[in-house]
Amino acid sequence: MNRRLLWPAVVLALLLLLNLFFTPGFLSIEVKDGHFYGSLIDILRFGAPLVLVSLGMTLVIATGGIDLSVGSVVAISGALACLAISQGTGVLAAVALAVAVALVLGAFNGFLVAVIGIQPIVATLILMVAGRGLAQLITDGQIITVTDAGFKVIGGGYLFMLPFGILLALVVLAATVFLTRRLALGLLIESVGGNAEASRLAGLRSRGILITVYAFAALCAGIAGVMVASNVSSADGNNAGLWIELDAILAVVIGGTLLTGGRFSLGGTVLGALVIQTLTTTIYSIGVPPETTLLFKALVVAAVCLLQSAAFRARAFPRRERPVTQPVQDTTEVAR
Amino acid sequence: MTSAAPILQLTGIGKQFPGVTALDDVDLRVLPGEVHALMGENGAGKSTLIKVLTGVHPADSGTILLDGREVSFASPLEAQNAGISTVYQEVNLCPNLSVAENILLGREPRRFGRIQWKPMRRRAAERLAALDLDLDVTAPLSQYSLAIQQMVAIARALEVQARVLVLDEPTSSLDTGEVEQLFKVMRNLKDQGVAILFVSHFLDQVYEIADRMTILRNGRREGDYPTGELGQVELIAKMIGRDLAELERLEERPPARTTGTLLQADQLGRTGGIEPFSLTIREGEVVGLAGLLGSGRTEVARLLFGADHATGGSVTIDGTPVSLRTPQIAMTHKIAFCPEDRKADGLIPDLTVRENVVLALQARRGWTRPLPREQQAQLVDRYIKALKISPADPEQLVRNLSGGNQQKVLLARWLILEPRLLILDEPTRGIDVGAKAEIQRLVAELSDGGMAVLFISAELEEVLRLSHKVGVLRDRKLIAELPNDDTLTTEVLMQTIASGGRS
Ligand SMILES: Nc1ncnc2c1ncn2[C@@H]1O[C@H](COP(=O)(O)OP(=O)(O)OP(=O)(O)O)[C@@H](O)[C@H]1O
Ligand SMILES: [Mg+2]
Repeated sequence: MNRRLLWPAVVLALLLLLNLFFTPGFLSIEVKDGHFYGSLIDILRFGAPLVLVSLGMTLVIATGGIDLSVGSVVAISGALACLAISQGTGVLAAVALAVAVALVLGAFNGFLVAVIGIQPIVATLILMVAGRGLAQLITDGQIITVTDAGFKVIGGGYLFMLPFGILLALVVLAATVFLTRRLALGLLIESVGGNAEASRLAGLRSRGILITVYAFAALCAGIAGVMVASNVSSADGNNAGLWIELDAILAVVIGGTLLTGGRFSLGGTVLGALVIQTLTTTIYSIGVPPETTLLFKALVVAAVCLLQSAAFRARAFPRRERPVTQPVQDTTEVAR
Repeated sequence: MTSAAPILQLTGIGKQFPGVTALDDVDLRVLPGEVHALMGENGAGKSTLIKVLTGVHPADSGTILLDGREVSFASPLEAQNAGISTVYQEVNLCPNLSVAENILLGREPRRFGRIQWKPMRRRAAERLAALDLDLDVTAPLSQYSLAIQQMVAIARALEVQARVLVLDEPTSSLDTGEVEQLFKVMRNLKDQGVAILFVSHFLDQVYEIADRMTILRNGRREGDYPTGELGQVELIAKMIGRDLAELERLEERPPARTTGTLLQADQLGRTGGIEPFSLTIREGEVVGLAGLLGSGRTEVARLLFGADHATGGSVTIDGTPVSLRTPQIAMTHKIAFCPEDRKADGLIPDLTVRENVVLALQARRGWTRPLPREQQAQLVDRYIKALKISPADPEQLVRNLSGGNQQKVLLARWLILEPRLLILDEPTRGIDVGAKAEIQRLVAELSDGGMAVLFISAELEEVLRLSHKVGVLRDRKLIAELPNDDTLTTEVLMQTIASGGRS
């Protein structure tokens, strides 16, 4: 278990060191205006939406699926919340509305996958494309700006000296851990992802599990959407949550959960999301020229993925290990 | 001893897995033109030795000589190119590809780089014909039963011009006819000087085909013996390290205490699967199903568990009509089904022994009511002991268990549900003699306690030993229902199968 977390942790540490080299005070945290302040706090705060989306994505991927629509759900939920507030709805009601709609959208995804039997990548592509349009319809193609102080707290406020967004992400993380590891949802998800037919014959209601998981992913995306909108005090149907699904998938993979489904690691996902967020920060702070940022990001991600692969490590650092090249069963865990 | 130089000589082979010593200083000598049986209990290290030999696992220590030259294969492909062709215990073919592609994958006849489909199909069909098998070679492999898949894997291994043929439990799901056919082919190869390394838990088969055997116990070599010089009783004693005499004594089955009818199927059937059949199962009764491969035994089981939809007929339980549409519904009626293909339909290889064992129970409770950890530990511990699952570690991944031990895990999953009707489809597949007797005794005990059991096995002796009555199937049809009295023997069963029920 912990071995799987080793490589993403190493990469995260390296990235932080790299930053420290360019920005000497990078790791320091001070107290200003009664709350914590520093680059590390910023990484956590700006990374919170990605952490949220990635948590939901982890469960989806663990069932052997994928959810491309989370970025659109981020946009829809932000737009809904801002629209409602701009029309005079209370903050709590507006947020509840946004999150509830996200939940319904996720259940719709789950319905397409579990009941109709559409391939997850295609099923969620529908909402990925249609959802952007929906978000623009809600905002009427404009950027809705809201100035409600209460709303601002979610993405920009503080509680217990920490940015509220970080705490919110922590709460969702704790809830996810509770649902999957204290309750039995995790076991059933890993079972469906590990062998769907065997799970059916063991009496699992895989439909219900799939719908739950897609709904949960959208719920997380909905919360992230509210957070993003609150942080910038506006809703932008076009750009909110754009490409976040790809970052989330990357975070999950970096965290050591296989795209083929089965075992998942929430801790790994959080590390993965932080690696990606740190990477984004690094790109700005060390002044990588804008036209090469994507390339730089791709290189780091490729490096992490290679390090995750036992076969690659064996080849690159030959000890007494030997890569397993033949697809014979029982051999994936051999090289170590 | 013959003076022929061994074609294969393994010396001092050692292999460790985390926490497990799978092989410790093992020697093996195989002569050209002999069938050499590798014997041992579940988890003794047979498959591991084969995997080390064929380059799946690197050895920790020891040397391998092939034809006098030292070799060390980095992959099964290298081993194959050196003349060692292998059928592994877990059939590892590509279910989505056609039968022909599976047999010839990597060796497709080509012209100008393009695959020639016609010759390919012809060659595949020829290979199968050698095993007396006539299949549609263009159909996807997944369409066929486990037994056929096993035969296809064998056909694939025979495709290679091998000097050494390795067969790890090739007969575990085959019935008598197919085994005979396989043995014919093996004898043929043997006459051509091919050395065959053979693993099976069926002692009769070993005595029929093997010239010599090497016995492994707990990863160590116990010795090698010419088959003729070691009796069955001694062999078992050497494999398990104690006498089996007490295990083999399964008392005469008392008549079922037929308290009442548990389940009654009336003209239940499925188009394309099994023709309508009627069957009554009483409480405390063991109903055996006998029939050849593809005769519809598994289909009967799947209908009664709701794994497939019936297209006609009805079922009553305790006299009340029920509709067994899904496994969940069947489970609420306390029916359990232990499927024959543990890899495809049974286990989740990446989960632990504990997780696999509690899976069905947890599914029945739903995810909001987790089974308390202590209760899980208790249940799992009890069945690790009862079924002698080894290693006795609930947190071991199931994929790391030996084949027979995986089978026991699957069995445990259904036993902890304490069902009223337990459907067992080849429950002793790949299980060693000791554990097999243990499981048979368990079944007998459970039925004495009132549990009804539907028992499917290709081994007719086993069916006869346990059942109160036997349903005979042929060509997807239930053709006879015979009470298991003194007159019922394996011969009678075979005759019934052969004659199609008309006597
Ligand atoms: N990849 C692995 N990781 C850890 N342990 C393993 C692995 N493969 C095998 N083992 C262990 O090595 C031992 C020998 O297993 P092996 O599969 O060789 O047994 P076997 O003699 O073939 O048994 P069976 O008759 O049940 O097939 C077992 O204790 C098994 O749990
Ligand atoms: Mg084995």
